[in-house]
Amino acid sequence: MFANFDFDVIIRSLPYLFYDGMTFTLMLTALATAGGIIFGTLLAMMRLSGVAPISLVAAGYVNLMRSVPLVLVIFWFYFLVPFIGQWLTGAARPIEVGAFASSLVTFTLFEAAYFAEIMRAGIQSIPRGQVAAAQALGMTYLQTMGYIVLPQAFRNMVPVLLTQTIILFQDTSLVYVLSITDFLGAASKVAQRDGRLVEMYLFAAAVYFVISFAASLLVRRLQRRIAVIR
Amino acid sequence: MDYHWNWGVFLQMSPDGAHTYLGTLIIGTGWTLATALSAWCLALAMGSLVGVMRTTPHPWLVRLGNAYVELFRNIPLLVQMFLWYFVLPELLPTALGDWLKQLPDASFYTAVVALGFYTSARIAEQVRAGISSLARGQRMAALALGLTLPQAYGYVLLPMAYRIILPPLTSEFLNIIKNSAVALTIGLMELTARARAMQEFTFQVFEAFTAATVIYIAINIVVTFGMRWVERRTAVPGFIGAAPAASTH
Amino acid sequence: MITLSKVSKWYQSFQVLRQCSTEVAKGEVVVVCGPSGSGKSTLIKCVNGLEPFQEGTITVAGISLNDPKTDLPKLRARIGMVFQHFELFPHLTVMRNLELAQIKVLGRGKEESAERGLRLLERVGLREQARKYPGELSGGQQQRVAIARALAMDPIAMLFDEPTSALDPEMINEVLDVMVALAKEGMTMMVVTHEMGFARRVAHRVVFMDKGEIVEDAPTAEFFGKPRSDRAQVFLSKILQH
Repeated sequence: MFANFDFDVIIRSLPYLFYDGMTFTLMLTALATAGGIIFGTLLAMMRLSGVAPISLVAAGYVNLMRSVPLVLVIFWFYFLVPFIGQWLTGAARPIEVGAFASSLVTFTLFEAAYFAEIMRAGIQSIPRGQVAAAQALGMTYLQTMGYIVLPQAFRNMVPVLLTQTIILFQDTSLVYVLSITDFLGAASKVAQRDGRLVEMYLFAAAVYFVISFAASLLVRRLQRRIAVIR
Repeated sequence: MDYHWNWGVFLQMSPDGAHTYLGTLIIGTGWTLATALSAWCLALAMGSLVGVMRTTPHPWLVRLGNAYVELFRNIPLLVQMFLWYFVLPELLPTALGDWLKQLPDASFYTAVVALGFYTSARIAEQVRAGISSLARGQRMAALALGLTLPQAYGYVLLPMAYRIILPPLTSEFLNIIKNSAVALTIGLMELTARARAMQEFTFQVFEAFTAATVIYIAINIVVTFGMRWVERRTAVPGFIGAAPAASTH
Repeated sequence: MITLSKVSKWYQSFQVLRQCSTEVAKGEVVVVCGPSGSGKSTLIKCVNGLEPFQEGTITVAGISLNDPKTDLPKLRARIGMVFQHFELFPHLTVMRNLELAQIKVLGRGKEESAERGLRLLERVGLREQARKYPGELSGGQQQRVAIARALAMDPIAMLFDEPTSALDPEMINEVLDVMVALAKEGMTMMVVTHEMGFARRVAHRVVFMDKGEIVEDAPTAEFFGKPRSDRAQVFLSKILQH
């Protein structure tokens, strides 16, 4: 079974796998997380704003994104972003966007729906007395949100937000459907070029496992420390 | 905008000569549902087993269950599918491996197995959480009556645990339907794959993907309402659950 | 200073306040008491607009709460409020709790806010706790910080919503002492409380509420000596047994 296992192909392709593939994966994860949390928090605030049209739009967006597969959303934005670019800039033809830009838009907008639900739960977990106290001091809605509610909500939701980031990290592998060279894409290309599917896919699985598992252990450690401070 | 809309494309014949494009989408939906339901059965069975294992008083069972969950949770679904589809046949004895590779509908079986095991780890986590949330007294009362451990699980712990975790289980079921789309990478012609194929042949990108989106939303709505009906039918009278009753202040 | 006139409020179809009218003059200390569910907390929360009301009028220093043009945050900055559960901001230090609204709402400079904050901490006897977090303080200490936080805004009047109800008995006095000192300095105060000892010491008037209405509104001595209504008498007899 493992008689023909060719470690060499793995070692030879390490630079390609990590410099080309993993950097794409990590950058996409980091940027989509940042963008997703910002947009997600905005969506959560819209949903909880009490203004019916704004609340419905936000709820509609979140429910839509959570009803469809990520693969489908990837295809959608791959074709849609050039048209949006054309509309935004008034160009004559759809704008050519790179693979990275298109997938960044996709993942930010998709994961924002999941981050929105996390932040909504976080905001709702802050006792009403805190809002009353802030209002009693004369703070406006935005001041109350910015200084009192959101800082506490974020602290409470850090473990859940980090877990969602790990999920995002794994989800990025789906850019495979656009033949983009992320970590899995790179491994796949080497596998097909050298005919070494077993070695490359097992290696890719191992790398994803180590990174995700280590990250989840760190999150659990963090969760225990936060619980102590409370 | 440069795009030419043509909603009539759904009634055009697809290249396979036997169905309209609308027909192919519906067939694709059928494959999506078949894959999801089959994988769900596997996931529920394995997930319940592993979830129960993690709550038993036997430390080596708990560790085994934990390892199972960690393994399937930390590798992306797509990579897991590739392992089952490309790597497994190579690792088996040649005869078995070749038979697997020539299986008709190989992508369907592979997708079911991959999706099933992936989701079973998530269900295991929920079953474990559901059982743990039951008062410790429940298990003790069952054992004090003379029930064996398996009987205690079967008659007392699991019936309540499943009711408690119906909402997260519903989410997992919806997830499995969405995740079936990942199988297009190993050749399963489910709904998203059909929409992509339609887009490639007709260039009517937005019509194709809108149809797929609408179908997924419809499935979502049906499942959500269905599960609410199940929740109502199986509710235990007087059992309020985790949330305290709202105060009337 | 504070005038309530025929204030009525409904939650859906349930009426919580019925035609409540009373006044708190400048420098006066008014205690509001009554059984649970009488609406006293709701009434006091209407005074700074934290709770809306459907009928009647409320004016504070001439500013009407009914006028849609009234700038509520600005009005609230001038009225101090102390809550039953303290409601200090747990993610901020004591100093930051005191400074935040001064800086962001009143626009004071950082140094001025810090200086005022420390002076007030001194006044409530907690200067050494300035750098601590609320979670590290006892209930009595937290409530005293909450009073200082409200005073830091230089309010024209102070509202207290059952300030000692959530405290262990041994800490009630340290908070009441601060409130008594405040009253003696001439602060206009409206206090919802069960602490009748406090009422007897510094209150000018006592308002008794039951089932959403103001049943009795009399000067302190008269209220305790010769309550006019039966309900007030029953309430007093129950509460004064302790």
